[in-house]
Amino acid sequence: MASETTLTAIPTGVVGKQAPGIWGFNGSQLIALLLLVAAVGAAPFFLYPVFVMKLLCFALFACAFNLLIGYVGLMSFGHAAYFGMGGYVAGHAAKVMGLTPEISIIAGGLIGAALGLVGGWLAIRRQGIYFAMITMALAQMVYFFCVQAPFTGGEDGIQAIPRGKLFGVIPLDNDMSMYWVVAVVFLCGFMAIHRVIHSPFGQVMKAIRENEPRTTSLGYRTDDYKLVAFILSCGLAGVAGATKTLVFGIATLTDVHFSMSGEVVLMTLVGGLGTIFGPVIGAAVVIGMQNYLAEMGAWVTVIQGVIFVACVLAFRRGIVGEIGNLFKVKL
Amino acid sequence: MLDAIEAILGVPAPLLFGQLLLGLINGAFYAMLSLGLAVIFGLLNIINFTHGAQFMMGAFAAWMLLAWAGLGYWWALLLSPLIVGFSGIILEKLFISRLYKLDHLYGLLLTLGLGLIIEGVFRNEFGSSGLPYRIPAELSGAWDLGFMFMPIYRGWVVVAALFFCIATWLIIEKTRLGAYLRAATERAELVQAFGINVPRMITLTYGAGVALAAVAGVLAAPIYSVNPQMGSNLIIVVFAVVVIGGMGSILGSIITGFGLGIVEGLTKVYYPEASATVIFVIMAIVLLARPAGLFGRA
Repeated sequence: MASETTLTAIPTGVVGKQAPGIWGFNGSQLIALLLLVAAVGAAPFFLYPVFVMKLLCFALFACAFNLLIGYVGLMSFGHAAYFGMGGYVAGHAAKVMGLTPEISIIAGGLIGAALGLVGGWLAIRRQGIYFAMITMALAQMVYFFCVQAPFTGGEDGIQAIPRGKLFGVIPLDNDMSMYWVVAVVFLCGFMAIHRVIHSPFGQVMKAIRENEPRTTSLGYRTDDYKLVAFILSCGLAGVAGATKTLVFGIATLTDVHFSMSGEVVLMTLVGGLGTIFGPVIGAAVVIGMQNYLAEMGAWVTVIQGVIFVACVLAFRRGIVGEIGNLFKVKL
Repeated sequence: MLDAIEAILGVPAPLLFGQLLLGLINGAFYAMLSLGLAVIFGLLNIINFTHGAQFMMGAFAAWMLLAWAGLGYWWALLLSPLIVGFSGIILEKLFISRLYKLDHLYGLLLTLGLGLIIEGVFRNEFGSSGLPYRIPAELSGAWDLGFMFMPIYRGWVVVAALFFCIATWLIIEKTRLGAYLRAATERAELVQAFGINVPRMITLTYGAGVALAAVAGVLAAPIYSVNPQMGSNLIIVVFAVVVIGGMGSILGSIITGFGLGIVEGLTKVYYPEASATVIFVIMAIVLLARPAGLFGRA
């Protein structure tokens, strides 16, 4: 009897998984995606464009981080290193080398990925809590490097970075022109992450998250998969940092500091670990909160701490996870 | 004699010994903090991210005892660990104890949040500029050792830290209480079945680990200025120390802590640019050569 139920259960399960939707989005995700695209399209007409651009950069950063924690189960506590270094390199490329914005952003992504290769190669030697501590320590090393290295400008950072002309043609000094570039970068990054999650590679990632020894015993080199996921995540974090640098024309130590690594964890946790749309919502909540509570000084830190505690104790699914649970859909 | 040493070392002897002493002091803090982390991790299976904030609370408790109650350094050394340890027990009872059945990750996030709250509250209350704390009269001044002047307080910090570390090690390795603790670290259910109140032991262990951080905070108060960020700057280095040493061995934590402090001091003499990063570089090398850590069990 038991074997019979498992036999009938497996094919329906497989068919259920394969029911494709469009680009791997199920019905509810498709609605959410349309809402997201509409919101990205409409936002600059209702809100201050620079604020929305900042939000989109952090949303991409959080999505990149979520790729690791939500889908491979790797807790990186040092993602600020890749985000911030992406920003520094893009700033240097745009200001000192005079490269166009798209090349600067790609350079930021590449440096993020390259650092991710080294950091991931070291960090995946340990698991769980040690992984978190190693990524954190490596990020602190990058931070000290940025304090001392001449090209980062130390405490001053790189200032007055020009936005330049897209493809050498379209000037981006106008906030609205810049906005559409950021929107495209964000949506491409978001779709790329979604594509990775729903690829065969992504299935192995999720298998590692669920049960690493078993995945190994099925014949997958789990370390290779973890490393590639880490590099992808860091590369996208670099892209996010580079884009943010071009938006604000400044790259500073704030973006490589540990508190930034903590903030991206908070965004993802608030939005919902392992949900596709969660990090976007989480970034909006955290950045919005910082924006509106900016004059409260150190209380912002306290409020962030309270949110951490509340999320962990009572609200582990996050906003999007709770909504998905309420309507019995996967978002 | 001194000239010969200087010729061999290539740097002035007072500089070298001065930095070595500073390194030993930093190492003393690394050792005490990583020891507390290891004890807590052993039983609770969480990495206590609040540790840096609790180190800072220890220093602030000393400052408050002096400024508000007129109680000096020696009282602070006794009372501050008790106060901060008690606050740790409350945190464990209220929050941390709810997470033991969940993924370790949540313990990390919760204690990170608690640390943010504590640090933010202190920053609101006291600003971030730092408050001075006098060296107690009995320990002020310096000894002329011939090759260097040794401030007595700095020597005291090293000796006191060694004392607390070795006392912790003796309690864990040589007493009945320590035997229960080690047993519960291995198999908590079995120890509970023998009639030992494991949840209470967990609570008290957390309190003790936190109290150790507070002791380090009191020792640090006269050396560093007492400020809300003093812990968060230190704790990331301590995490690297923990990764290098591995959390399997108490004695290993102590040796790694002091050893890395000395290495850091020597780096300040010979290649100052790398002094901030040397411990992280060592961590990378250890991960390549011996991923479980120098004293860790795979």
